[in-house]
Amino acid sequence: MIRKLSLRMLCLLTLSASPWALAGPPSAEMLSYACAGCHGNDGSSVGPSMPSLAGQQKDAFVIAMKEFKSGERPSTVMGRLAKGYTDPEIEAMAGFFAKQKRFLTGQNIQAEKVTRGAALAEKNCSKCHTEEGRTAKEEAGTPILAGQWLKYLQFQSEDYKSGGRKMTKNMGNRVKLLSAEEMDDVAHFYASVK
Amino acid sequence: MTLDRRSFLKLLSAGAGAAGLPMIGRAAELMPKTTRRVVVIGGGFGGTIAAKYVRKLDPTIEVVLIEMERNFISCPFSNLYIAGIYDSMASLTIGYDKLTANHGIKMVYDEVTGIDPAAKVVSMKSGTLSYDRLVVSPGVDFRTEEIEGYDAETPHIIPHAWKAGAQSTLLRKQLQDMPDGGNVIISMPLAPYRCPPGPYERSCLIADYLKKHKPKSKVILLDPNPDVVAKKPLFMKAWNDYYKGVFEYVPGSKVTRVDAKTRTVYVEGVEEHKGNVVNLIPSQRAGKIALKADLVGEDKKWCPVNPVTFESTKHKFIHVIGDSCAPPSAVAPMPKSAYSANTHAKVCAMNVVALMNGLETTEMSAINVCYSAISAHESVTVAAVYKVIDGKITPVPGSGGLSPVDFSQTKREHEYGESWLKNILAEMST
Repeated sequence: MIRKLSLRMLCLLTLSASPWALAGPPSAEMLSYACAGCHGNDGSSVGPSMPSLAGQQKDAFVIAMKEFKSGERPSTVMGRLAKGYTDPEIEAMAGFFAKQKRFLTGQNIQAEKVTRGAALAEKNCSKCHTEEGRTAKEEAGTPILAGQWLKYLQFQSEDYKSGGRKMTKNMGNRVKLLSAEEMDDVAHFYASVK
Repeated sequence: MTLDRRSFLKLLSAGAGAAGLPMIGRAAELMPKTTRRVVVIGGGFGGTIAAKYVRKLDPTIEVVLIEMERNFISCPFSNLYIAGIYDSMASLTIGYDKLTANHGIKMVYDEVTGIDPAAKVVSMKSGTLSYDRLVVSPGVDFRTEEIEGYDAETPHIIPHAWKAGAQSTLLRKQLQDMPDGGNVIISMPLAPYRCPPGPYERSCLIADYLKKHKPKSKVILLDPNPDVVAKKPLFMKAWNDYYKGVFEYVPGSKVTRVDAKTRTVYVEGVEEHKGNVVNLIPSQRAGKIALKADLVGEDKKWCPVNPVTFESTKHKFIHVIGDSCAPPSAVAPMPKSAYSANTHAKVCAMNVVALMNGLETTEMSAINVCYSAISAHESVTVAAVYKVIDGKITPVPGSGGLSPVDFSQTKREHEYGESWLKNILAEMST
């Protein structure tokens, strides 16, 4: 008992001398909470250009962050931020956001574009973006698209079309077949899915 | 003479408040403490988040948030309102009702008048509150005493507009009422101050307004710092490419005297600058209560804190976050920004909860992202990830930096910036 106490005292003393020396490494929560300032409460965004991260597939998150980090995927701030994290830290954040429930905010979406987009998506995208984008083929790192913010999806469509954002071979083959306007229809469709 | 809390309170209740002793304990305890309690002072970018995350992480801890105002108005993006790009401050304004209801936070609208660190009691006009741990997030106060001639009336004639609200409206109105051909003078603070890129953003947006509505006018930015403090290449490009003829930058110009009536500021007390509109933003220090409660360091300006827990190095059980705090830093300290306050609050809340439960603390991981508009539809950013390395908060090597200087992303960044504002305000208010 005395021994235990003195050990504890020793710990406390050391703690007051240099507390950071005893702090544990950043947890998944510690790493992920910092993202909410931009991406919303636990990753559910209410800002029309900022993508929600809540409920995203783990692999999709990891691949996105690694591509931001390497510069392979174009970005504004994300490249600069992704470079601040180790691969295990990225994995931890991916796990955190995959577990969060995504809360959807209503969007202004054109109904006729959704109708056209639904047909185009069914034909071109549904093999990987399964169940109308509510699920995805995880092994390919395919992201969940359902209910994602339209403006964000439009930015990504622009980057795919301009060649700025690289695609998997399958995705590239499909995107080639779609005009910019058709890509926009597809974006409307996925944004509309609840 | 030393007194423990019980005999101290006894002394006071006996009506024997000795001269020189703080008057804490006089007023009644507002909510008698029945369980572990965290009190948070300040409902801004730091305080709201600290209150929310303590509750989120341990709902058995009672949290009381003290704030003077019923509404919070965001300083970030308020320059767009000042420059007439936004019609109102509605998108910058939040209340506290949903936040407190959703998370079971107890709200007290009052002004804190003192903190007794030994007794662990906060005193307000309406009464006192005991705490187990206290989080102080009071923002900044102005060092007006460094400007000769600056008195209580001055900001009503020449606004600082560095706390959003009536001050922003006053500056906006003055710009709109100014005749074409008039001059606008912005006198900015010495570093460090709240929102490093803010004065430069303001100069761009006022120049944008003048270019559109008062092309014979000019905005002159008097900077007491030797050089541009934040996002230098980006603002230099904006000034050169967009605002030649309506903008002038004068570095190394410290205003030490003001005559509000004639709208004149004096650099080093002599060099006279008279404006039709003068926006004098004084240099800053930690919020008033931080000084009053002896939380500031040797510089008498900012509060030294532990870089993991944000606990004050001056008084135990008190944590200071946001603009007021000065953790040990290497390379470049985290800027005094909304995003910094937001992430300080989360790091602090996690470790406050850990400490209160006897658990191991967790090393900080924090982010700063600052959006600055350079025109009505374009923005630039600075961003970084921070960690504690060798006891100092340090930008993670290899991370962070500025937007590309070719302005290839400014339009998209502006859209992201507006979404950032929505999300950070939603995080504070829901």
